[in-house]
Amino acid sequence: MNDHRPSEGVPPTRVAPDQSADDQEPATGGDGTTERPTGSSLSVVDLIDEASAGLFARPGRSALTVLGVMIGLAALVATLGLSRTAGNRIVGRFDEVVATEIRITSQPPIDEATNTDIPWDAGRRLGALNGVAAAGTLTPVENLELLVTTAPINDPTRRTDLDLTIVAISPSAFDAVRAELRTGRFFDDGFSNRADPVVLLGATAAERLGVADLSIQPAVRIGDDVFTVIGIVDDVARQFELLNAVMLPEGTARRLYHLQRPELVVVETDVGATRLVAEQAALALRPDTPDVLDVATPRDQERLRDVVATDLDLLYVVLGGVSLLVAAVGIANVTLVSVMERTAEIGLRRALGASRVHIATQFLLESGTIGFIGGILGSSAGAIVVVSVAAAQSWVPVLDPAVTVIAPLIGALIGLLAGVYPAVQAARLEPVDALRGGAM
Amino acid sequence: MADTPLVTLEDVERRYGSDPPVDALRGVDLRVHRGEWVAIEGPSGSGKSTLLNIVGCLDRPTSGTYRFRGLDAGRLTERERGGLRARSISFVFQSFHLLMHRSALENVMLADVYRRGPRRRRRERAEAVLERVGLAHRSGYLPSRLSGGERQRVAIARALLGSSDLLLCDEPTGNLDTTTSAEIMDLLAGLHADGMTILMITHSPALAARALRQVRLVDGRLAESSP
Repeated sequence: MNDHRPSEGVPPTRVAPDQSADDQEPATGGDGTTERPTGSSLSVVDLIDEASAGLFARPGRSALTVLGVMIGLAALVATLGLSRTAGNRIVGRFDEVVATEIRITSQPPIDEATNTDIPWDAGRRLGALNGVAAAGTLTPVENLELLVTTAPINDPTRRTDLDLTIVAISPSAFDAVRAELRTGRFFDDGFSNRADPVVLLGATAAERLGVADLSIQPAVRIGDDVFTVIGIVDDVARQFELLNAVMLPEGTARRLYHLQRPELVVVETDVGATRLVAEQAALALRPDTPDVLDVATPRDQERLRDVVATDLDLLYVVLGGVSLLVAAVGIANVTLVSVMERTAEIGLRRALGASRVHIATQFLLESGTIGFIGGILGSSAGAIVVVSVAAAQSWVPVLDPAVTVIAPLIGALIGLLAGVYPAVQAARLEPVDALRGGAM
Repeated sequence: MADTPLVTLEDVERRYGSDPPVDALRGVDLRVHRGEWVAIEGPSGSGKSTLLNIVGCLDRPTSGTYRFRGLDAGRLTERERGGLRARSISFVFQSFHLLMHRSALENVMLADVYRRGPRRRRRERAEAVLERVGLAHRSGYLPSRLSGGERQRVAIARALLGSSDLLLCDEPTGNLDTTTSAEIMDLLAGLHADGMTILMITHSPALAARALRQVRLVDGRLAESSP
């Protein structure tokens, strides 16, 4: 029907009173519902205009509200990023060692007929596998109560006989644990095959025994047997107990102490090869009964670390969530105050044709925009904090890109949710009461 | 004009549900034809504003019928009544009701927002109506820098931006001094002369006398005080 759309021209007062008389008159004054007026409507562009004008009407207050959301989301993004960054640093340090390690042990025999032994040539067998960097066997010598001493001096001020760990070790195991020498040399297969009476000392064991200078060819006594110290191991990347141990060639230990079987095979694989090697190792060692061996890969340890990281993240997310809750209450509060202050404006808009939905939509858009802007700023600030802290600590900053994208959306959502109650209040106002509500 | 009246009130009552209930309007019958200028005069509390709110589709009668252009406004949805306010009925308030943070021009353009007035040339049209009320030189001013009379002119310009059928004025000079009041009344007279239908409420018999037709409202009852 004719609803007097504003003409394009200048319509100051317009026109003959009956300009539209011909299409204006329903049958009579009777039942006029045959021709219904077009409802009021609001274009998206106009809505955005009105909402942004509402925000800029009080820029200081809007900025403070934005600041609330910004701080909350900055805290969230920064804590997430920092925990990820710190976590990545820890992972970065340990990962390479952990991720390339396989440990193989044998299950205890169920009965005497079953042989569950790891073969003595495990190192050689596994070394032939593709993906294995080094493999060797370690066997603690525990079947005797053996004390280790240096030269039998009677020194009452100092204990000279020590209860040190004694480990039979295959030469290839030094590579598998990434042993580094402080001085001297490792023993090789020759020492082992000849069962030479030589030992290496771990760094701690050497200090406790008072052995430092190998040029004098120091000797240690294990029980009644005397061994020449040919090297001191400064550090290892795994099997740290070796640092406090006396290490014998396997051949020597087998001859003297009648070792039955290797206790442990330590394998260092190429990066990324643990799964492949783990699948093949048991078969390579015991093609007849691979099931008797336990092959431990780093996956279990990784999972543990994931759990720890998730706990940390959760804590940070809870903290960030609390600050966001505070921000949301702030938005709701400010929007509610704004609704009360703008009662007359709401009345005017209703008089100009706005429906309740139009009013509610505008206030929702205003609060949602505050949340969104706060989200963008907070996300940026959080990212800057992560990068700054990482730079100060010389870490590699790690931040999930999804976080920076989601944060503004979370902000907008918070703004919308916080705006619901004030918007409903605004929409509920009766235009007559609202217009009376105050002069502007 | 043998056509249907623009505004038809038939036995309109408006009762406020307070305790005890207050009858703001009782059995009001009123017809306003196109091109008329009607003043509703009465002391405060006589129900003038209630009447204007019902005619302006801001309020609904408790009983009785209100027809606008022959349409029973009581049967329209809220959205359709909003459409009437946006396109066919304009208000001028005693307290101007301008948005303080928008310029005069922007206040005028606000009238187009809820009827999807074309954004193209909205500014030129708003400038044109401001010129019509004699405020072209103030279009960029915030209301706080305008005098009371100027503010009311902006409000009238806003009412003129579309092409309303009916201009409702609620004590349009209530906040203005005598000289300024006279200027505003002159402006309304000019609009009426150009064909605008005006329904104005006032407590002042002197101002009511400017209108072509006066209606007196006392205790919610109407009495035509002149033909």
